[in-house]
Amino acid sequence: MPAEALPLEIRDVSKSFADRRALDGVSLEMRPGEILGLLGPNGAGKTTLVRSVASRVVPDSGTVRILGFDAADPRARAVRGWVPQEIALYPLLSPKENLWTFGRYQGLSGGALDRGIAASLDWIGLADRADDKTDKLSGGMKRRLNIAAGTIHDPRVLLLDEPTVGVDPQSRERIYAMIGELKGRGVSLLYTTHYMEEAERLCDRIAIIDHGKIIASGTKEDLVRKTVGTRQAVAVDAAAPIPAALWDRLAGLGAQRDGQQVRLSVEDPAAEIRRLLDLFHSAGVPVRDLTLKAPTLEQVFLQLTGRELRE
Amino acid sequence: MSMILAVAKNRVMNLKRDRAAFTLAFILPVAFFTIFAAIFSGAGKAATRKIPLIVVDEDGSDASRQFVAGLKAEAGLSVGLKPGEENDPNGPLYTAAQAEQAVKKGEAPVALIVPKGFGAHPLAFGPGSERSTVRVLADSSDPIAPQVVNGLVQKVAMTSMPAALARSGMSELEKWSGGLTPEQRARMEEAIGAIDRARDGAAAASGAGRANAGLVAVETRDVVGGKKKNPTVTFYAAGLGVMFLLFSATGAGGALIEEAESGTLDRILSTRVSMTRLLLGKLLYLGGVGVVQLCLMFVWGALFFGLELWNHLPGFFVMTIATAAVSSAFGLMLASVCRSRMQLVALSNLSILLMSALGGSLFPRFLMSEKLQKIGLITLNAWALDGFQKIFWRDEPVWAIWPQVAVLVGLGLLFFFVARRVAERWEAT
Repeated sequence: MPAEALPLEIRDVSKSFADRRALDGVSLEMRPGEILGLLGPNGAGKTTLVRSVASRVVPDSGTVRILGFDAADPRARAVRGWVPQEIALYPLLSPKENLWTFGRYQGLSGGALDRGIAASLDWIGLADRADDKTDKLSGGMKRRLNIAAGTIHDPRVLLLDEPTVGVDPQSRERIYAMIGELKGRGVSLLYTTHYMEEAERLCDRIAIIDHGKIIASGTKEDLVRKTVGTRQAVAVDAAAPIPAALWDRLAGLGAQRDGQQVRLSVEDPAAEIRRLLDLFHSAGVPVRDLTLKAPTLEQVFLQLTGRELRE
Repeated sequence: MSMILAVAKNRVMNLKRDRAAFTLAFILPVAFFTIFAAIFSGAGKAATRKIPLIVVDEDGSDASRQFVAGLKAEAGLSVGLKPGEENDPNGPLYTAAQAEQAVKKGEAPVALIVPKGFGAHPLAFGPGSERSTVRVLADSSDPIAPQVVNGLVQKVAMTSMPAALARSGMSELEKWSGGLTPEQRARMEEAIGAIDRARDGAAAASGAGRANAGLVAVETRDVVGGKKKNPTVTFYAAGLGVMFLLFSATGAGGALIEEAESGTLDRILSTRVSMTRLLLGKLLYLGGVGVVQLCLMFVWGALFFGLELWNHLPGFFVMTIATAAVSSAFGLMLASVCRSRMQLVALSNLSILLMSALGGSLFPRFLMSEKLQKIGLITLNAWALDGFQKIFWRDEPVWAIWPQVAVLVGLGLLFFFVARRVAERWEAT
C-alpha cells in the first residue's frame, strides 16, 4: 500500500452519459478515520460519484484512488466496502447465508469467514434470527444486514449510500450507533444522505455536490461561516398587541414584524436577547414565547443550491 | 367490477411497457401453430415424409430389377442402393451386411434384401407355394417404417411385375386344374409376352392394385432394439429430459435478472467477483442441477419402466454432462439477453418449445420429413437425442457419440460466449 495514501482521493473526475454531464471535474479527499458526508439534490451527480468510487462507473477522465490504488484494482476492492441504497441481499437466504455469500465474494474463507459471520450477526443484533429467511425480517433488520454484508471483510474504506432510508426512528438510532462503532474501528466512511440532521450529527466534514461539481466542502461550522455567516435568528412572540413606540425601538435594532411576532438576527445572543426582553418589559408587553436558532446546514444547502435537499 | 377491471388494466399497462414480452406473447401462439401444423398435419412438401429404404438386390435378375425399379418409383420411399454417392455410376452397391450395419447405425430405418433366386419364384399365391423370401431389416425405434415398406413391397410386386404375376397365376392354375394343354400354355405365354411388351412401352405402371399381403413373402427382422424391454422409454426419457433441462436452466438463469433488478448484481461486481467468474459460477450450478435432473429421470426410468441404464453408464454420463452443459449455457444466454422476467418467460417458452418440437423432444424426428429432420439439426435437442439414442438404442460405444458431443460442446461454448458479451451491459460503464 502506498505510504500515507489517503483513504479516498478523487482527482478531476468527469463523466457523461449520452449528452448529460453527470460529473464535471470533481475533486475530493477523504481523511483517515473521518466520516465524509456527501449531500446534493436529486440528479446532482451523487450516485454517479459513489458508483465511481465503487468501481461501477468508469470515469471519462480523472482518477479515483482508494488507499492509493485505482478504484477498480483488486487491492482497492479488498479494502473497500459498499453498502448500496437498495437492500441488495438474497431474500430467500438467511442472514447467515447472505453473510457467507458476500464474505466469500470478498475473499474470506475458513475460520476467518466463520468468525466474520458470527461477529457480524452479533454486531447487527441478528444472532437469534441468523437462520430465518431474510425477507421475513423487519425493514430495520434488513438495513442492518445490508450494512453487515458490506462490512464483513473489515474494509478500511466504506461507502454508505443512504443507509437509513425508510427505517423507523428506533432502528435509525441503532444504525447511527453502528456507524459510530465503524468510525471507532478506524474505518473511513463516505456517507450520502437525504437527512440533513443525519449529516450534521454524524459527519466530520461535508461536501455538497450540484450539477456534477463539488460546490462547497468543509466542517459544518466552516460551511455555515462561509455561506450564511454566524448570526443567529431570534423570534419573540408577544402575548399582547405591540404598541407603536415599542415597535419603533425594535425596528431600530433591525427587527422584522409579523403580527405579534418579532424576528431579529443577532451576533451576540446573550447580550442582544437581554436588551430585547428589557424593551418588552419596559413597554409592559408580556412575552409568550422566545426561540433562538443557530444557522443550519439546511440554510447552507438552500443558499448554495437554491433547492431543498429533498426536492 | 370496476376494481377487477382496474386490476386487469394494470396488467395490460405493465405488458405494454415491456414491449419484447408484449410482442412475444402474441407471436408465440402463431409461431407454435405454424411449427406444429408443419410437423403434424403434413401441410406442404416440407412435412411429407419419405421413408429412407436401403435395397440390396442379391438376385440381379430381370424380375428383381423390375421390382427394385418399382420400389424406386414409389413416392413414399427414398431408396438407397449405394453406401456412397447414389448418383455415382461406378459406386459400389450395398451388401446385405453393409445394409444391416447402416440400419444399426440409424442411417435408414429399414433395409430390404432381395435374395438370390427371387427372379425364379418372385411371387406365390397362398401358403405352401414355392417362393423366395424378401428380408426386411428394421430398426424397431421406428415402428411405422417397416410396415409401410412391407405394404409397398406387395403393391410394387403387383404393379411392377405383371408378367411374373401372370406366370405365377398360370402355374397355380396348372397345379390346381390338373395341367394345361401345350396349346393353352403357348397362348398364355404369348399373352404374358404381350404384357411385358406393353409394360416396357408404358412410362410407368400406375398402382391401382390393392396391397395383397403374402404375394411376396417377407420376413422382417429387428436388427436394432428388438431385444429392448421398453423401447419408447428411452426416447421419452431423453426427449423430455432435455426439454425440461432447458426450462429449468432458463428459469434458474433468470436469477441473473433478479440480481440486476435488486441491485445485488451491482454489489457483487464491486467485490472480487468479476462478470466472467459470476457467469462461470452460475454455469457450474446450472450444469450440476441439470446432471442431477437427468440422472434422476433415467434412474426412475430404469427402476420403474425397464430403461436399460446400468449397462450404458459411461455413455450416459458423457451425454448427460454435455447436454447439461449446453442447456445451462443456453439458459444463461437467454437470461443475459432479456431485460425482464416477463421477457425471459416469453422468449424461453418460444425458443424451448420450438427447439423441442423441431429437435424431436415432443415428436420423434424419424417420423418427420427429411427436410424437417435436417432443419431439426439446428437445435441442440436433436444432437442430444441422437447421442442418447446411439447409446441406449443402438448400443454404440462411447467414442461413437463424438460428433454429438462435439456439436453440443461447441454450441455450449458459443452460447456462453454470447452470454458473456451481452452481459457486458451490466459491467462498469
